[in-house]
Amino acid sequence: MHIFKNTNFDFLRWRWHAIALSWVIIIAGVVTLATKGIPKGVEFAGGTVVIEKFEQPVSVQQVREALDRNYPGGGQNTVVQSFGDPALRMVMIRVPQVGSEAGSSLAIEAKKVEDALDQSNLGKRSREGAEIVGATVGRELTSKGLSATVLSLIGILFYLAFRFQFSFGVGAVVATIHDLLITLAFLAFFRYDMSLNVIAAILTMTGFSTNDTIVIFDRIRENLRSMRRDSMHHIINTSINQTLTRTVITSGTALLTALALFFFGGEVLHGFAFTMVVGIITGTYSSVFIAAAIVSLWRGTAPTRAAAHAPAMAGAPAPQQPQRKQKPQRKVRAS
Amino acid sequence: MTNLRWKIVTVLAVFIIFFAVGPYPILAARYHVPAPAWLMDKQLKLGLDLKGGVHLVLRVQTEDALRLETDLEAERLRDELRTRNIPVANVVPISSTQFRVDGVPPAQDAAFRAAANEVQANFERGSGTNGSYTLTMRPNIQVNLRAEAVVQARQTIERRVNELGVTEPSITQQGNDQILVQLPGVTDVERAKQIMGSQGLLELKIVERVASTKDELLTNGQPPEGMEVVPGNGVAGDAGTMYYLVKRAAAVTGRDLRNARTSVDENNRPAVSFTLNTEGGRKFGKVSGENVGRQLAIILDGRVQSAPTLESRITTDGRITGSFTPEEVQNLSLILRSGALPATLSYLEERTIGPSLGADSIRSGVTASIVGLLMIVVFMLVYYKASGINAVVALIFNLVILLGLMAYIGAVMTLPGIAGFVLTMGIGVDSSVLIFERIKEELEAQRGVRAAINAGFSRVFWTLFDTHIAALISCAFLFQFGTGPIRGFALTLFIGLASNLFTSIFVSKTIFEVELANRRQVTTLSI
Repeated sequence: MHIFKNTNFDFLRWRWHAIALSWVIIIAGVVTLATKGIPKGVEFAGGTVVIEKFEQPVSVQQVREALDRNYPGGGQNTVVQSFGDPALRMVMIRVPQVGSEAGSSLAIEAKKVEDALDQSNLGKRSREGAEIVGATVGRELTSKGLSATVLSLIGILFYLAFRFQFSFGVGAVVATIHDLLITLAFLAFFRYDMSLNVIAAILTMTGFSTNDTIVIFDRIRENLRSMRRDSMHHIINTSINQTLTRTVITSGTALLTALALFFFGGEVLHGFAFTMVVGIITGTYSSVFIAAAIVSLWRGTAPTRAAAHAPAMAGAPAPQQPQRKQKPQRKVRAS
Repeated sequence: MTNLRWKIVTVLAVFIIFFAVGPYPILAARYHVPAPAWLMDKQLKLGLDLKGGVHLVLRVQTEDALRLETDLEAERLRDELRTRNIPVANVVPISSTQFRVDGVPPAQDAAFRAAANEVQANFERGSGTNGSYTLTMRPNIQVNLRAEAVVQARQTIERRVNELGVTEPSITQQGNDQILVQLPGVTDVERAKQIMGSQGLLELKIVERVASTKDELLTNGQPPEGMEVVPGNGVAGDAGTMYYLVKRAAAVTGRDLRNARTSVDENNRPAVSFTLNTEGGRKFGKVSGENVGRQLAIILDGRVQSAPTLESRITTDGRITGSFTPEEVQNLSLILRSGALPATLSYLEERTIGPSLGADSIRSGVTASIVGLLMIVVFMLVYYKASGINAVVALIFNLVILLGLMAYIGAVMTLPGIAGFVLTMGIGVDSSVLIFERIKEELEAQRGVRAAINAGFSRVFWTLFDTHIAALISCAFLFQFGTGPIRGFALTLFIGLASNLFTSIFVSKTIFEVELANRRQVTTLSI
């Protein structure tokens, strides 16, 4: 059985369209982030979250009114949501305030929220979960998470530069950064909270995306040896086509798993699964359209092994590929 | 042929070992199948986010430990100067790591330097100007003290948590000065927090004077030399705060305690009785004998609880009275028994996961994983036909090894760990797909079945090698520099990647070889 047989799509032809499309999404994401801010979970923003389980069904509206009336400072900045399966009668309440870190008063706001609920005749309730985070943790989490991610990207860059060539390392890292930005943009569009689980999902999908990219690069490396007379453009296209079935199957099965998590994974995993779905799609897209394009652009500006006979690469297209005449010039402008 | 037999033996042995350590205890616990206790002990543990419990992040205020040491050293130097008859105007702590000596007489400058050098090995002496010297704690001593304070705090918290009777608590240091406390199944967070966070520093000091305002005890806005003012409860029944002028140096501290237990005082009110160890008893006997008729302040965490008058010489036994409730007395005796914290603590994060919330997450996570796994299995069987079985076996094998290794090294399964699981599954499928697609290509290039399979595996080997090494590198960085949940993810993925290299290359190839070995003339392959 074959999904694709001997395909010959010219993926590189679409690279400028792909790059433009990515920029549009990224810029829209940046604008959304700049205007609306990134919605941060309590882990990052600090604050108090309690999940209360009620014995009688209560509406979100009732809880909100109870807080407006009895919670000091009112309920303007509070978030009230029903949590999980409605049959469980759980409500999540989040307030940005948090007690002082010194001493043992960190949890004081949770107590105030619960007092407010108890004063409002909403029936019996019990605390099912709480998350109370001071400002220090969020700061540390952000700086440590960022440095871990940046260092792991540098690690990949050096490994690929060592095993392949520097341009391949650049291609993989640019593609990964691209995926990170696109995923962040989608998280911003759909207003998912940046939580630890979402971070785990982002790490997972960067893993997938790098994996995808390396598989294609590996084929390019192999074809660089066996197709010495062909142009880089042709080699890259052939390699992407040869691995296309594998790319589609792998991403397809991964997407199935992520969709299963999205639909069956429950409330806690919702943000995680959403990030995975977006990440797998953008990861596959970037491996096919962005990563190799970056390699060809990078190599277009520097003499390479594959085209070592052309001293000044920019203005000297390979003779058997007349249609490349225009592209190298565009490359020069782009660089 | 013998070569193949060994491969089969290896594959089966690995499977049986990891199955026994990983999935078997989990299944045995779930379906009440008997299993040996030593296997059940090794069962994969669930993280708090799945099991329910309390998760606290505390910071040890290591500044406190430095300040304590600086105060102590200043006191020692003062005493030493007195015994050597070197009159100085003042010895004052000026920060947590520095203190200043004022008014060293020029004639005795050399004698002072000699005394200071002898006593203060841990402090750097600045060059004196006008008889004034600043002594600063050496940086390496600061680092050591801070590290020690965190270790001591961790041990103290451990003792307190154990006294609370929590099963399987986990108390670990995190970063330089943080302590992560995980208490499965605890519901009374407030009590746990109160008990862990109280410093529990008991000091017994002789009282010089008592007054109702602080100012009455000060001369020129400063307490007299070697003295300090401590707030505290008034006489029994009086609600107002009283101030006590006491000697700075404690006669006895909590370090000299041997035991503490709940008791009642002469009026049948709850109290805490304590017993000092021999060394503490000797010191206390000397001080109490010299001060019969004076008041002794019993100070707990910087507050005078009571100040009874010493009727006679006391050696090892004492009692703390005050207006305590029975619960307070119970907590207090527990805190005193477990020893004082070397520094105060602050709470950075508190997380409670109710047991049903955790159970809900597990149920959803497991359902989703099984649905995902089933979809993959169906797809592989439809698309790759008989060879699909091969891929499915390799995939399940991989998950078994992953579970087994995690249980064996005592790793904990958390939600981000499940994410690592999902990615492992994805990469496992990818490896099989890569190999199979390559075999198909080779078959189309008119190779024989055996040659195609061999070429498929050998060509894809370097692809898998590079993808896995790149992923392992990023895992290593995430584990090294990430925080808790990120580390959990990285660890799961790291193990998953390593075992996948084994299953997708060695196990899968062996299965192909077994299939081919049973057929003499191989012309077709179901793929």
